[in-house]
Amino acid sequence: MSRTLSFKLAINEALDLEMRRDPTVILLGEDIVGGSGSPGEMDAWGGVLGVTKGLYGKHGNRLIDTPLSESAYIGAAIGAAACGMRPVAELMFLDFMGVCFDQILNQAAKFRYMFGGKAKTPVVIRAMVGAGFRAAAQHSQMLTPMFTHVPGLKVVCPSNAYDAKGLLIQSIRDDDPVIFCEHKNLYASEADVPAEPYAIPFGEANVVRDGRDVTIVSYGLTVHRALEAAATLSKRSGLEAEVIDLRTLSPIDWDTVIESVENTGRLVVVDEANPRCSIATDVAAYVAQHAFGALKAAPQMVTAPHTPVPFSPALEDLYIPSADAIAAAVLKTHPQALAA
Amino acid sequence: MSIQTPMQSTHGALSNNPIPLEKDALLASYRTMRTIRDFEERLHVEFAKGDIPGFVHLYAGEEACATGIMMHLTDSDRIASTHRGHGHCIAKGVDVAEMMAEIYGKSSGSCRGKGGSMHIADLSKGMMGANGILGAGAPLICGAALAAKFRGDGGVGITFFGDGAANQGTVLESMNLAAIWNLPVIFVLENNGYAEATSVIYATGVDSFLDRAHGFGLPGVSVDGTDFFAVHKAAGELIAKARAGGGPALLECKMVRFYGHFEGDSQTYKAKGENDFNRLNRDCLKIFADRVTAAGVVSDAEIALLDREVANLIDEAVSSAKSAPQPTHHELTSDVYVSY
Repeated sequence: MSRTLSFKLAINEALDLEMRRDPTVILLGEDIVGGSGSPGEMDAWGGVLGVTKGLYGKHGNRLIDTPLSESAYIGAAIGAAACGMRPVAELMFLDFMGVCFDQILNQAAKFRYMFGGKAKTPVVIRAMVGAGFRAAAQHSQMLTPMFTHVPGLKVVCPSNAYDAKGLLIQSIRDDDPVIFCEHKNLYASEADVPAEPYAIPFGEANVVRDGRDVTIVSYGLTVHRALEAAATLSKRSGLEAEVIDLRTLSPIDWDTVIESVENTGRLVVVDEANPRCSIATDVAAYVAQHAFGALKAAPQMVTAPHTPVPFSPALEDLYIPSADAIAAAVLKTHPQALAA
Repeated sequence: MSIQTPMQSTHGALSNNPIPLEKDALLASYRTMRTIRDFEERLHVEFAKGDIPGFVHLYAGEEACATGIMMHLTDSDRIASTHRGHGHCIAKGVDVAEMMAEIYGKSSGSCRGKGGSMHIADLSKGMMGANGILGAGAPLICGAALAAKFRGDGGVGITFFGDGAANQGTVLESMNLAAIWNLPVIFVLENNGYAEATSVIYATGVDSFLDRAHGFGLPGVSVDGTDFFAVHKAAGELIAKARAGGGPALLECKMVRFYGHFEGDSQTYKAKGENDFNRLNRDCLKIFADRVTAAGVVSDAEIALLDREVANLIDEAVSSAKSAPQPTHHELTSDVYVSY
């Protein structure tokens, strides 16, 4: 059965279904229940934006509110994962990696290799990412490249409710540590989502729009900006863009990207992260190395500027890659269209 | 001189009592301590020859702590170790020949040569890894204890850290986490007086680490870590209490480090004659052997027999490590992920 569900509820449903299926799945995080030890009611919040709301009533003490000690509880989730549990820890905002990164970088990511293949650390760290929430520099970053750089971690960033559910289920079932990035400005977005559990395999990009003239590669919120740009280009310039939603950044589906560029001969990468050593540079470099002969124009990158995320709405709106900027980048790969 | 005098043990009275352990346990304990000592003394010699790559941090002088604690544990109990982890590994039952091969970087090593001295682990023995990041084991062991609590198997977690790592936020956060979740965790503070080359007197604001424990609502016990029996008794009580749901505790073992922070350390920060004094007066193996032989429970001949057995074991470990094959290039890229 399929029905319309928001991104936020799709995540809630994925957690609920996996907790029903597997008793080793536990949830940890700050205020994921809300009200622990307080005089009022439990499940007061269900997460700071209500993503886990209602799960406490269904699964009780398998949801554990934590003190504001990210190193301790992210580390505890990792330690429990190494001891047979499948914890899903909520880091609230991925920006908070700054206070617990050692446990992710030097512990979870390294165990399997460092211990000669003997360890398994099936932990999921869920966190909000991205700008547009007027939350300023410490609650808005797209830090995906910080994690794709680290061998041993898997990095997921869905663009819609259907993918969010399927990718989170896969993340929980996966035996490696997964950083699950939830764009806060997608929480309210809706899609058709089947009620039953389903897993979307990692490393399979989604071609969300077919086109022959240019390949636009993106992930997360900016997939929608890319689609917007593609619609405008089709109408105004007659250019048909193929839009690829990477869905998972580690592993990454190079085959789909290369195949598309071999057809279109042109590449635009859209990344909400800061420009240096980003997903954008990674994809552009890979394509330049592996499909150089197919390229008819220099690859273009549309990213956030190399600045912190600003607070003022007037500035923040300029910070996030816009559909106009994406369309302009596409036209740079088609100078004739630009001239016309 | 800054040599620490043996502190008044909380369990000092016991140390004057007749031997409180069965003979088998005494022989096993001595064997473990002797194995650690010979392992480390041999590494000291072999390292100087230049055959051993990387950093090596020796546990010689501290054997009574690891052994006195680990006597109370089974394979299903978890420990998180430190950069100075060889003693913890041996006392927890990790294979000595595999450990030696690991330190030589060979494919027959505990971690197939991918971890080295600072990352020896054997999860099947409940040994969650030596750790190159100071204080990182504390959150991990909270997770291990949380998993044990969910399973209801009565398992406990022990995290070791030095007087240096006692100042890490991870350790302090974890004490609070263990306290509020009533986790079966023992925080074992191995106080050898030095954080690398910096004295505990310089680096620590409190006169007693027990004040730290009390500050987090944890009971704390401090013992003379060169007295196996004091460690064994205090650890036994705290571990039994934690197993029964009585919650976490801090156990401080005051001990001596016979060598430097790492091999190659000139140790000029130590007082003149400090190492000689400690070897003569604070050698936990000598103290143990003198006591059990004086009590007539174990004979000099039995001690000598164990010494010979262990010497052979270490000889064989070193020669098999030296002749073991190097890892091949396939090992470079395997074991990064479970799934690929």
